[in-house]
Amino acid sequence: MNSEESVMDRPASPSRETGEVVLSARNVAKSFGSVHALKSVNFDIRRGQVTTLFGENGAGKSTLMKILSGVIQPSAGEIVLDGRPVSFDSTVDAQRHGISIIHQELSLAPNMTVRDNIFMGRELGGPGGVNYAEEARETERLMAELDEPIDPLTLVEDLRLGQQQIVEIARALSVDSRILIMDEPTSALSASEVEVLFRVIADLKGRGVSIVYISHHLEEALTITDHAVVLRDGAMTARAERSEIDLEWIVRHMVGDNFDLGSPPTGHTMGEVALSLDNISVADVAVPERSVVDRLSLSVRAGEIVCIYGLMGAGRTELLECAAGRVTASDGHVMLEGEDISRLSIAERIERGLVLVPEDRQRDGLVQTMTVGENLSLASIKAFTRGLLTSGRREQGVVDDSIRNVHIKTDGGGAGIGSLSGGNQQKVVIGKMLATHPRVVLLDEPSRGIDIGAKAEVFRLLAEGASKGLAVIYSTSEVGECLSVAHRIVVMSRGRISAEFGADVTREEIMAASGE
Amino acid sequence: MSDVQGNASSDTAARSSSRSAPRRAGGFDLGRMLLEGRAFFALIAIIIIFSILSPVYFSTNNFLTMSSHVAIFGLLSIGMLLVILTGGIDLSVGSTMGLAGVIAGFLMQGVSLDMFGVTLYPPVWAVVILTCVAGAFVGMINGVLVSIFRVPAFVATLGTLYVARGVALLMTDGLTYNNLGGNPEFGNTGFDWLGFNRLFGVPVGVLIFAAVAIACMFALNRTPFGRWVYATGGNARAAELSGVPVKRVQVWVYVLSGVCAAIAGLVLSSQLTSAGPTAGTTYELTAIAGVVIGGAALTGGRGNVRGTLLGAFVIGFLSDGLVIIGVSSYWQTVFMGAVIVLAVLLNSIQYKPRKKRAPDAGEKKAPASSGAA
Repeated sequence: MNSEESVMDRPASPSRETGEVVLSARNVAKSFGSVHALKSVNFDIRRGQVTTLFGENGAGKSTLMKILSGVIQPSAGEIVLDGRPVSFDSTVDAQRHGISIIHQELSLAPNMTVRDNIFMGRELGGPGGVNYAEEARETERLMAELDEPIDPLTLVEDLRLGQQQIVEIARALSVDSRILIMDEPTSALSASEVEVLFRVIADLKGRGVSIVYISHHLEEALTITDHAVVLRDGAMTARAERSEIDLEWIVRHMVGDNFDLGSPPTGHTMGEVALSLDNISVADVAVPERSVVDRLSLSVRAGEIVCIYGLMGAGRTELLECAAGRVTASDGHVMLEGEDISRLSIAERIERGLVLVPEDRQRDGLVQTMTVGENLSLASIKAFTRGLLTSGRREQGVVDDSIRNVHIKTDGGGAGIGSLSGGNQQKVVIGKMLATHPRVVLLDEPSRGIDIGAKAEVFRLLAEGASKGLAVIYSTSEVGECLSVAHRIVVMSRGRISAEFGADVTREEIMAASGE
Repeated sequence: MSDVQGNASSDTAARSSSRSAPRRAGGFDLGRMLLEGRAFFALIAIIIIFSILSPVYFSTNNFLTMSSHVAIFGLLSIGMLLVILTGGIDLSVGSTMGLAGVIAGFLMQGVSLDMFGVTLYPPVWAVVILTCVAGAFVGMINGVLVSIFRVPAFVATLGTLYVARGVALLMTDGLTYNNLGGNPEFGNTGFDWLGFNRLFGVPVGVLIFAAVAIACMFALNRTPFGRWVYATGGNARAAELSGVPVKRVQVWVYVLSGVCAAIAGLVLSSQLTSAGPTAGTTYELTAIAGVVIGGAALTGGRGNVRGTLLGAFVIGFLSDGLVIIGVSSYWQTVFMGAVIVLAVLLNSIQYKPRKKRAPDAGEKKAPASSGAA
């Protein structure tokens, strides 16, 4: 897609815009091998204003952020700072130019104090070693400015998540950042913490700090943004000022008109209830008295694909891990085909036909030291074991079948797992679980970090499985995916089901129910 | 070590090489071949150099003598390999070995049951079995501490290192059991067979070492347990979600390591016909060195029996060679340390993430980002 055509809303005339341009991206593009993660993006960041990037997962937001903050370098185009083209070789370099990024996952050391975190790596020296008094005074001043009077000697682990976020912002300010990039800063915050954050953002704007903001909470972002830039599949599809746009405008440009990954499989009859989650509660690991899953009940029938849609932190992962046996429920039962399996181990659940494709394939899905074949056969070792010994020939059979069934681009399974692309690695994780011949498969955000083609293949696999009687629960944070694959869509919010829809629901209805 | 060229399509060949070399560049590469076969080439070099330096080094008899030295800590290394493959470490093997010898010695002296006024002299086979059970028991304590109570392996086994040594000292009051020959009257002779006799001209200790190594090789390559060991060490979380009984595997590797240590203790005390409570001190470090020189990664999931055998022989043939040509024992220590550091250095070069396709590299850097590709 050519960016010139795709930019539907031209920037408004300069006279209407307040604030000078401090940073602009000019035809910035980034390719990873043959994958174009970002295609010719243009936009400006203005002094003292908030620019929000909108886009679905995989649209290129994070890539763009990484380029602006010096984590990666663009393959083409340039970054113009104060009218001069610049290139950052590292985040430190970007910081020197006044650009700081606050990641979704905070990068604070929880075992250290607020003061030490703020001055980490650039401690103030004095004649007697580190000048702690001066550091503490400076920290206090920053905290007061941010209207969050935290004692500089508090340990970061003792702070609430929202306060930690403020500390992170204070750290960015302490290096005189003029441009602050915030990647999903509100995803883990409570409503009151979000309010504090927004007040801080308004304050920062007043002091001339420019903010680049990314969020999946569209409405929330609309309340604070001054400019919107929308990305889709690595291309910029629109940009406009706040006054010219509304929620509908954003969704339209985020999703596009001809975005289609197919539709839910039809034409087969659904069977009995295969898996039913009965009044499940899961306690928060950090705060045991809080429940991340709160008395939730859900069932799926053989041949049915149920999507659980929800934002980050809605409790989807915990729910699925509880069903698979990774975490124990504090209350409730997991029933597989009428049998209570709540007390069984993961291995026993797999044996009975319940498998989980985990969310984070690097951390939970793959054994990086093993080959593609060994990864594929890991969950079904019993199938090629006779007596005490495994059979290399039978194993090769299992591996070959899997490679064929899930279309992995590899030769025979002997290559290292790291040699595969992200999409193919994901297919290995799915293929590994499907090789156990499950009757219920749980997938936790399987499309994360894979391209649209691989995504379509995953959907095809699920549809194929469902038509053969497989029960599927599919968790996602992308509305488009729900509509393309699900027979039934369950919206989850704060550990509970907030709404349930059939396949004929609209995008807007789902988003409204999730609290966006 | 096996060397598979290019993108191996032969699965079995690729699998055996993948343990030590997960990714290979295509084409013939002398540097890589030397790197991957380093333990083998080091052993060849050691044999050649010492054969030139000393006329007695290169002889069947010397090789067999050296091999029976290797067998002792080689047995420890095999058990250690299993533990290291799961990402753990077992510092207690040297003490367990000493304790095993003392237990064997204690049993050989006869167990007097004052209550009945009799002294029992268990036959040698019973002594061997009881000693192995004792080793397994020490290993089980390690395994349970590590897997169930989540004590870091280093600390848990450091604790058992002290406890086992202390128990050995307590049992003997610091003295050594000297008479392990047994008495024909009591029907418990034959203990020295393990250490002294030869079958087909090969010392029994070496044969036992070979048998354990082959059994272990088989277990790692051909049984589900072996696959579980590699998966647990490679990524315990993923292994668990794939139905691998990770905790059970962890207990088992420590048990097997304890048994290996007990066997080593039996062979050593049989070779010496005495069992001292301080036998095997610092052998755990030699055992770890053997595993590391053999190319296993201390982070788990990478390594194999063949490499560990080579590593053990490199250490044994080098230290015995230095003794034969008359290098001072102080210098031997320096040499040994240098070899170990060099081995680890080469390991980190081999396992260094090599240049990959960019999207994967990006993903690795920020696995939790919402996905850029």
